[in-house]
Amino acid sequence: MTSGGLIERMQTGLWAENPGLVQLLGLCPLLAVTTTFVNGFGLGIATLLVLTCSNALVSVTRRWIRQEIRIPIYVLIIASLVTCIELIFKAWFPTLDRSLGIFIPLIVTNCAIVARAEVFASRNPIGASIADGIGMGAGFAMLLMAIGAFRELVGQASIFSRLDMLTGGEPFAGFSFADSGFLLAILPPGAFFSLALAVALKNHIDRKRRIARNAGMPRSRQRTR
Amino acid sequence: MNDQTVVKTGLTLALIAAICTTLVAGTYQFTKHRIAANEKALLEQSLQPALAGLFYDSGVSESRLVLQAPHELPGNDAAIIYRVFAERKPVAALFAVTARDGFSGPIRVLLGVGFDGTVTGVRILRHRETPGLGDKIESARSDWVFQFDGHAIDNPVVTGWAIKDDGGEFDQLTGASVTPRAVINAARDTLLYFEANRDEIFARPATGEGE
Repeated sequence: MTSGGLIERMQTGLWAENPGLVQLLGLCPLLAVTTTFVNGFGLGIATLLVLTCSNALVSVTRRWIRQEIRIPIYVLIIASLVTCIELIFKAWFPTLDRSLGIFIPLIVTNCAIVARAEVFASRNPIGASIADGIGMGAGFAMLLMAIGAFRELVGQASIFSRLDMLTGGEPFAGFSFADSGFLLAILPPGAFFSLALAVALKNHIDRKRRIARNAGMPRSRQRTR
Repeated sequence: MNDQTVVKTGLTLALIAAICTTLVAGTYQFTKHRIAANEKALLEQSLQPALAGLFYDSGVSESRLVLQAPHELPGNDAAIIYRVFAERKPVAALFAVTARDGFSGPIRVLLGVGFDGTVTGVRILRHRETPGLGDKIESARSDWVFQFDGHAIDNPVVTGWAIKDDGGEFDQLTGASVTPRAVINAARDTLLYFEANRDEIFARPATGEGE
């Protein structure tokens, strides 16, 4: 695949086939941990790393793996990678690890990762698979961050609270705008509402773009399409 | 599949399992010292706020005493007591106990008691109370938990260990009365236990690792 193709692959994951917004995969962590920007960021980066590495490993081993045993092998690869990431988080970001709790080990069950292994990495060369992993992972991470930031802003009227979990140092309360926010946004229903708004926003932008593109085309070509 | 492919497939699976195990074992070896150090630092750091204003010997986490349920302290899971000494003399005890009757599940409370029975600090270790209401028991979210400092089981008298709505002497939280009640009851019961068992608490040998 050419370098242009690789970039296009990444963009697909970021927008057109975003695992969270379009494929609606991995919703359990997406809904559960996005109470703040920092939580969304932490889990997003962990997922991005696991997805990229698992895509690379699945792609490298794809020629010797028979159809019958592919699923146990994906599970093995993904579970090992997640365990490594969990240990690394515990060693270098202990507070973030405690804040995300069970959702780091639960990356194993994020169906977006198995889905990319099965649909893409097992059929494509390593370069394209890594590009796909980065694109899909970044797409998922950005959605986690956006929803985390939105819920934090609306629910707590603050942003970037506990950023010290990433950088170390003194506890950081974040930039606060009011004493309290709209509580529902942090509670579980707020997660569903936020995701619904994000999906609606994406569809709205896509529709606007499609209309703009059609309007910009010469008449003759428009008719032939 | 014929016999030969079965063997080959099995070997592939075994090889990949071995590679993955090596990867995990390697990462574990590489990170284990850091993780152990983090956990110890975290423990010592989490105990410190409940010992406000005291001078004490380091290594509080090594004086751990684990009481398996059933015990007379609050909660039906294991209670942990850390004995705090200064130059070998007992100065305080820290109790990690569970208030079972929180609004949404158990609340793990850390309570420091000076040798003379006064509260040196209370902190909430773990809870699932409602964000914005019951979670004000966290020291990071409000001053509520600081009101225990300096009190003892006879100050106020036992019946005073309740929120003001219930005729007691402690503040409640707006919109949440179940949560403060649970914490106050756990604190009171722990203080009663300390008063009755003080000498025994400091005399018992520490519970070893992994027990």
